[in-house]
Amino acid sequence: MSAQDAAKLSFTIDGKEVKAEPGQTILQAAALAGIYIPHLCAMKGLSPWGSCRVCTVLVNGKPQAACTMPVAEGMIVENDTAELKDLRSSIVEMLFVEGNHFCMFCEKSGNCELQAMGYRLGMLQPRHDYMFPTRQVDASHPDVMLDHNRCILCARCIRASKELDGKNVFQFIHRGAHKRIGVDAAGGAGGTNLAVTDKAAEACPVGCIVKKRVGFAVPIGQRLYDTKPIGSHIEAGRAAKE
Amino acid sequence: MANKPKVATCSLAGCFGCHMSLLDIDDRILKLVELVEFDRSPINDIKRIEGRCAIGIIEGGCCTEDNVHVLEHFREHCDVLVSTGDCATMGGIPALRNTIPLRECLEEAYLKGPSVYNPSGRLPGDPEIPLMLDKVYPCHEVVKIDYHLPGCPPSADAIWETLVALLSGKPLSLPYGLIKYD
Repeated sequence: MSAQDAAKLSFTIDGKEVKAEPGQTILQAAALAGIYIPHLCAMKGLSPWGSCRVCTVLVNGKPQAACTMPVAEGMIVENDTAELKDLRSSIVEMLFVEGNHFCMFCEKSGNCELQAMGYRLGMLQPRHDYMFPTRQVDASHPDVMLDHNRCILCARCIRASKELDGKNVFQFIHRGAHKRIGVDAAGGAGGTNLAVTDKAAEACPVGCIVKKRVGFAVPIGQRLYDTKPIGSHIEAGRAAKE
Repeated sequence: MANKPKVATCSLAGCFGCHMSLLDIDDRILKLVELVEFDRSPINDIKRIEGRCAIGIIEGGCCTEDNVHVLEHFREHCDVLVSTGDCATMGGIPALRNTIPLRECLEEAYLKGPSVYNPSGRLPGDPEIPLMLDKVYPCHEVVKIDYHLPGCPPSADAIWETLVALLSGKPLSLPYGLIKYD
């Protein structure tokens, strides 16, 4: 055993041994080992957030968010179980009924991580009643549009703007059911220093923050998740190793 | 064959796109006709379900009182109801009006819209016209729905797979790529 291997700690996911560096989260260690744990608010390159709970796993029998929970020697993680799949689906279903997600005309359809999560989890119908909330569209920016109907409050735009762009374009405003993404200008996104090249303009998992004039550059049917489930690239990494 | 199971279909607040997708099964429609007999359907223009149906295919959500009555009629006469398409499963395009009060919608359409010509200045109120509901409702919020088939429309393959599974009594499991919300 090399010195590097010795430094690693070891734990199991669904009975499979996984090596990890101290300080990594379960989600990071799993991805490196080619194991996909479904997640929405977590994004590579951004600080862990832990708000959507789609990545919930059982750690020694207790539910934990895999994106914020650090790895520890000998921990027993359950990920791919029927119960967790149902729990994750119920979260995705709540996100669907809480907003106005009209996939049939959304330009993000096929590239949308929320939709892809529904596909992967086999969601045919949310178990809750639709809320049809009244939300606003902010088209004031020349190159970027904000459609709050589709926002799932993952805070990826907030973190990307702050951590990667060195700006502070987005922030949460209001609380509880009224919580939404606000921008750093009274007149809407057009008044902020948001640039179309910012990482924040690309961080949105859904169709809330979209770039103008490129929405249908790739036709429906040929998009990221039209033929392959979300997470396939991580699982392909494992297949290549084995 | 006299004992073929019956299938009924209807289009509530939909665009008939899901029925077009059903017809898009191409030559498999010949197999389908061997497997089932069609009861009430826009395809044969029968208006009321005549016998007990094994499967009711519902396109469209509930936008008017009449939609609710037809849906309840289907629930009463069908063993299994399949909500077919995004309008039936989540309200679809008609549900875009759900964030706008009904009166505002009607006033825009019949009184205030830029191209409206309506010298009487009245909103439609003829008893022949079904009353509109306050909102557009997905079918499962009105009656019990047994299966959901999202998509706008669901592909012919998804509809075919669903019908074959239901008619042969096999569990319905759609492969990746047949579950679509767009």
